[in-house]
Amino acid sequence: MTSTSLAKPAEQHVAPQADHGDPAKGLIARIAEGRAWLFLAGLLICFEIWSRVAFGVTFVLNPFNLQSIAIFAVAPLLLATGQTFVIISGGIDLSLGFIMGLAAVIAAHATNMAGAAIPLPLAMLAGILAAVVVAGVPGIINGLLISRLKVPPFIGTLGMFGVARGAAFLLAGGTTVPVQNSWFALLGNGKFYGIPYLVLITAVFVIVMHYLLSQTRFGQHNYAIGANVQAARRSGIDIRGHILRLYVLSAMCAGLGGALYAARFTAGAAQAGEPLLLDSVAAVVIGGASLFGGSGTIFGTVAGALVIAVIQYGLVFVNVEPFWQFIAVGVVIIISVLIDQAQRRFSGGRQDE
Amino acid sequence: MNSIDQNTALLEVRNLSKHFGAVRALSDFSMAVRPGEVVALAGDNGAGKTTLIKAISGVFQPTGGEILLRGQPVAFATPQEAREKGIETIYQDLALADNLSIGANIFLGREPMRKAFGFLPVLDRKAMADAARETMKRLDFHVSRMNAPVSNFSGGQRQAVAIGRAVYWDAQILIMDEPTAALGVPEQRKVISLIHQLKAQGRGVIFISHNLQDIFAVSDRIVVLRRGVQAGERKISETNHDEVVKLMVGG
Repeated sequence: MTSTSLAKPAEQHVAPQADHGDPAKGLIARIAEGRAWLFLAGLLICFEIWSRVAFGVTFVLNPFNLQSIAIFAVAPLLLATGQTFVIISGGIDLSLGFIMGLAAVIAAHATNMAGAAIPLPLAMLAGILAAVVVAGVPGIINGLLISRLKVPPFIGTLGMFGVARGAAFLLAGGTTVPVQNSWFALLGNGKFYGIPYLVLITAVFVIVMHYLLSQTRFGQHNYAIGANVQAARRSGIDIRGHILRLYVLSAMCAGLGGALYAARFTAGAAQAGEPLLLDSVAAVVIGGASLFGGSGTIFGTVAGALVIAVIQYGLVFVNVEPFWQFIAVGVVIIISVLIDQAQRRFSGGRQDE
Repeated sequence: MNSIDQNTALLEVRNLSKHFGAVRALSDFSMAVRPGEVVALAGDNGAGKTTLIKAISGVFQPTGGEILLRGQPVAFATPQEAREKGIETIYQDLALADNLSIGANIFLGREPMRKAFGFLPVLDRKAMADAARETMKRLDFHVSRMNAPVSNFSGGQRQAVAIGRAVYWDAQILIMDEPTAALGVPEQRKVISLIHQLKAQGRGVIFISHNLQDIFAVSDRIVVLRRGVQAGERKISETNHDEVVKLMVGG
């Protein structure tokens, strides 16, 4: 044996360095974590200056603007909330846009049918419930495909994207389905002390989802699965059951989004969520989640959805051609991912290379 | 005789066999681990080390033979059952969720909950952090930032977290698969000292390694596997590198 004194107890007392407690790194990490909110603040400042210089009016202090941005953000945010869970687990749900469309059509039909038999407020609730429950069905199929049959999430949900799209257009008869229900219309367009009901409902829902992700075992296991599915399995987590519940949850978020869409426009349309799917992924990524899984927060996603809404609404407000919206959102996504990569390199954590 | 008696094996494997079709990955293998004993398992690639530990930890059902825990025959349908009986396996790739804190990793899959505002069930992060701090202290591993994800820690520290999880859940037998393989020299040393502490706490350790130096530094006995059969068993104090190598390659 060589002379290394591995076995001598006296020399083993090498207390390891506790951690890499470098405050500067902590600051960089914290900035990177909150980058979506910084983006949001930066954008609001830009638009405020632009608006004052070009038109001599305020942008941020105008309550109508704030309401419009919030309303703009509602539907993509609802999709993005479910998407946040899925992306943290290391998956992706491409079917959400058309599940939302399907739910909007179901909400419209169900509200109309129920309205013929029961009082209008109850018919409205029945319509919303029907939309959320029916949205769960493609969610169950997604979940079973991915958890039992080991279909990659990208492909499984891409298939469901087509199925939900076709089903939604068939149910809608290829057109939009108007809703005859004054309560439903009020829900979609009414306000409570100046705050639209839609925004209130979404805010409550988002808080519940934040609780689910950050304070429960379900949320904790979701992070663990996204980081290391082997570790999660060896720890005794029921991966298959979790994945199934996960995709049902995200589909139901889209279901609620569809129901609220039907309320806002008093009509259900199969293409309701079509442009929102990629916005939802973008909101999650801008919000700080990694597409490789394991990181992300609901409040980050809220900021991400608001960033997109501010860009879209703000550019219209300052009278820029609408096509610039796509470019602006795209640039923000790229910058966001670059910051994420840089932060990982700094913090010495896992790098996605 | 009771379980503290040094003569009762914590874990005993008798005539264990595992066949995959016609392939005899393990035949008629026997060994024992007593409290406070570190038994090294050595052998070339494909000698059956992994098959053996998977049979002991409940991943595979053995084709024949029996496993005794403190003299009682046991059979594990799943790794969870083995873990509940106190057999914990620490894998080479550690099986940690990098994005979670030490506490969250220790409690992964069995998180403690508390009631916020008297009704809302929430994760008890404080209990997790306290238990983690306590456990790591027992392993002489002092951490101040209990909320940092384990990806911020070095390889040896992460190995300590994996061992800490086993210790917290009171594993009596730890199976460690190449625990020093991916580590630098100071880190290897730290892991070796951790194994000494496990030994001092009266736990049994099965230590699998390719590194004879590590084996000689930490083990009491060495069992050599070759092509699925036991090629020899030696006390570390009565053997040397050359003899072990000969047993491994069949000289």
